[in-house]
Amino acid sequence: MKKILRTLGRGVHAPHHKNTAALQTVTMPLPEKLYLVMQQSIGAPCLPTVKKGDTVDVGTVVGKAQGFVGADIHSGASGKVLGIEKLLNPAGAFVDAVVIEPDGQQTIDPAVLPPAVRDRESFLAAVRACGLVGLGGAGFPTAVKLSPKDPDAIHTLIINAAECEPYITADDREMLECGDSVLSGIAAVQKYLNIPKAVVAIERNKPEATELMFSLTKGDAAVSVFPLPANYPQGAEKVLIQTVTGREVPDAGGLPADVGVLVLNVTTVSAIGKYLATGMPLMTKRLTVDGGAVAEPRNVEVVIGTPIADVLEFCGGLKGQPEKIVLGGPMMGTAMADTSYPTVKANNAILALTKKQTQLSLPGPCIRCARCIMACPVNLSPIELTEAYEKEDLELLGKLHADVCMGCGVCSYVCPAKRLLSPGTTLARQFYLKGVKK
Amino acid sequence: MDQSKLVVSPSPHILAKFTTQKIMLAVIIALVPTLVASAIIFGWQVLLLTGVTVGACVGFEALYCLIMKKPIPVGDLSAIVTGLILAFNLPPAFPLWMAIIGAFVSIVVVKQLFGGLGFNFANPALVGRIVLQLSFTGAMIGYTYPASIGGADALASATPLLAGQSTQVPMIDLLLGTHGGVLGETCALALILGGLLLIFGKVISPVIPVVYIGGVYVFKLLLGLGAGGALGLVAWDSLAYILSGGLLLGAIFMATDYVTSPYTRKGKVVFGLLLAILTVAMREWSNMLEGVSYAILLGNLLVPFINVLTRQRPLGVKKRAKEQDAGKGAA
Repeated sequence: MKKILRTLGRGVHAPHHKNTAALQTVTMPLPEKLYLVMQQSIGAPCLPTVKKGDTVDVGTVVGKAQGFVGADIHSGASGKVLGIEKLLNPAGAFVDAVVIEPDGQQTIDPAVLPPAVRDRESFLAAVRACGLVGLGGAGFPTAVKLSPKDPDAIHTLIINAAECEPYITADDREMLECGDSVLSGIAAVQKYLNIPKAVVAIERNKPEATELMFSLTKGDAAVSVFPLPANYPQGAEKVLIQTVTGREVPDAGGLPADVGVLVLNVTTVSAIGKYLATGMPLMTKRLTVDGGAVAEPRNVEVVIGTPIADVLEFCGGLKGQPEKIVLGGPMMGTAMADTSYPTVKANNAILALTKKQTQLSLPGPCIRCARCIMACPVNLSPIELTEAYEKEDLELLGKLHADVCMGCGVCSYVCPAKRLLSPGTTLARQFYLKGVKK
Repeated sequence: MDQSKLVVSPSPHILAKFTTQKIMLAVIIALVPTLVASAIIFGWQVLLLTGVTVGACVGFEALYCLIMKKPIPVGDLSAIVTGLILAFNLPPAFPLWMAIIGAFVSIVVVKQLFGGLGFNFANPALVGRIVLQLSFTGAMIGYTYPASIGGADALASATPLLAGQSTQVPMIDLLLGTHGGVLGETCALALILGGLLLIFGKVISPVIPVVYIGGVYVFKLLLGLGAGGALGLVAWDSLAYILSGGLLLGAIFMATDYVTSPYTRKGKVVFGLLLAILTVAMREWSNMLEGVSYAILLGNLLVPFINVLTRQRPLGVKKRAKEQDAGKGAA
C-alpha cells in the first residue's frame, strides 16, 4: 500500500511531447570547427594541454582536470588546434575553449586502449580517465560520484532512466539502441563497487524501453526494473530515491550514500560499459533536437564541442523565428542568447521553441491557491519562500527550509497567476545559504 | 533566425495553461446551477438582484482602480464571483440600494483597501453579508417564500432553521430548495452540483467542504444522541440540519476561497473542523439562528496562524530531526 502511494508521486503531469521517441539516432558529421569548453562539469575549470598549431587525434586529452572534482576533456576529432578562445558561457562568465579544425581523417590516438580493470581502484581510475560526467544534465564527475565516503554502505545502485523532462528522448534511445552497454556498465559498477542490488527506474511513458530492459534483465537476480509514474520531476535524484526505496535523503547536504544508494543516469552507466569495451573516452553525445521551430526534429549523435547552430542546421534548420533556444529540457534548461556556443558533455537536448510553446505572461497577483505548495516535489512552500526572500527574512527562510529547493520549476509551471516562483525560490535558497555561512 | 530576438529568461520555459481568469470562470460556471434554481424558485427578481450586485461589484472595482490610478483588474473576473456570491447571501426581495452598499463593502472596503485580489483578510462577499445583516437586520431576514409553492402552508414556513426544527421542512423541499431562505442557499442539489463541478474540475480541493459539512453532521448527531434521541431519527434529523440554512453555500463556495483558506491539506482539515465546531456551537447555543457566516469569518482570521502551524515537512527534513532527537536521547 505504502509503495502504491509512493509511486503516485507529486510534481506535475506536464505534457510529455516525446515526439522523437521512435526515431533512430542519426550521427552528425564533423562541423567545421570544434569548440571544447574547458569547464564542462562542477569543479575547477580544466587546463588546456594543447596550444595553437598542435595536432590532435581522436581521444587526445586537450583539457586536464584540476583537482579531485573534475574530468578530463578529450578531442572528438583529429585535426589542428587553431587556438584557445574565450567564450561567454550561458551563466555570463568567460571560459577558455580549445578550438580544433578537424582534418576529416579521424585518426585515433594510439593512447586509446581498452583499460585493464581488475579491482575497485583500477575501475575508478578507468572511469576518471574516460572523462565521464553525469550525462543526465547535472554534469557531476562520475569518478567522484563512484567514490562515496563509505563504499561498503552502498546496497542499491539506481539507474536513473526517468527522463522526466518533456521533449527529451535521448536516454530512451540509449536504452533502445545500446541496451547491452547499459547492462555491461551496470554489471561493472556492481562488480567493482560491490553493490548487491541494481534497479533500473524508467518512467511509464517509455513502454518499449521498459519492456526491453525487462527482457534483458530476465533471470538476473541482481538487476530489476522499476516502472515510475510519469510525473515531472520524477528523475530528480532525491525524488527518485524516495519513490524507489521509500527512504529520504537527509536535507542540508545529505547525499544518496547516506541512505545506502548510488544513482547513475542510464546514459552515463552505458558510457562506462562502452569505455570498458573500447577504451574510447567520452567524446560524443546524443542530443534530442526538437521544438516547434525545428524543421526535422530528431535524435542526433554529435561530437562534443559542435556549436548549437551547426546542430540545428543539421536538423533541417529552423522554420520561422524561434522565441527561445533552450539547451536542455523546458523545465530546467538554459535559454541561450547565442547559438554559436558549443555543446558540452552534459547536454541532452536543444529545443527551438516557438512563441506558442513558450508563452511568457505578465505575472498577476498571487491568489493563494496553494497549487505551488501541493505540486512541490520536496514539499516546500514556494509562495512563502519568495515572500520571505523579498523581506530578506533569514530566520523564516530557515524555518521554511529554503535550502531543500532544487529549482525544478514545478511551482512556476503550475502557478495560475504566472508568478516567477521558481526563480524566486532559487534566489531564496542562495540568499539563505549565503546568510547562514556568514 | 534573428539571434537578437531570442528571449532569455530563467526556467521553466513552459507553463501550464491554467490561469487566474480560468479559475474564476470555472467558479462562475459552478454558481450557475444555483442561480438558475433560485430564479425558478423565487422568480425573476432574483436575476435583477444578482445583476445589480455583480454590476456594482465590477463597477466599484473599476472605479476604485481608476481613482487610485491602478491597472483595472476587472478582466480577472474575480469581482463577478464576489458579486454572485454576495447576491446568493441576500433574501430574494432585498432592496437593491442596500445590495449596492453590500457590494461597496465587499469590493472597496474588504478587497481593494487591503490591496486587491489575494490580499483580502476575509472573504469579501461574506463581510458584505455580515455588514448588511448588522445594518439592515429586518430586510436581511425578510425571506420571501417560494412562489412555486404558494398557499397558506408555505407562508407558515420560514427558513428551516427559523422554524426551529429543520425536520419540519420535508427532505424533498430541502433538496430542491422550495423553502424560505436567502436566494443562493436553498437548493441543495444545485449547490452540490456546483461543488462537484469545482472538485472534478480541480478548481478546489474537496477537503474543506467534506470536513466542514461532515463535521457539522457528526457534531449534530452526537448532540442528538447525547440528548437521548433514537439513532435513526437523529441521523435523519442531522441530515436535514446540514441541508438547511447557509451551510452548503458557505462550505462549498465561501470557505474554499483560496485567499482566506489554509494552504496545505492538513491546514484545510483543521480549518474545516474549526468551522464545523463554530457553526454547530453558534446554531445551538447562541441567540443566532445561523452560524455559518460568523464561523467562516472567524476561521478566515485564523488562517495565517493555521498556515504557520500546518506547514508540510520538506523531503528529508524530519528524518534528520528524528535522528538528532534519538541521538540526544541516547546521550
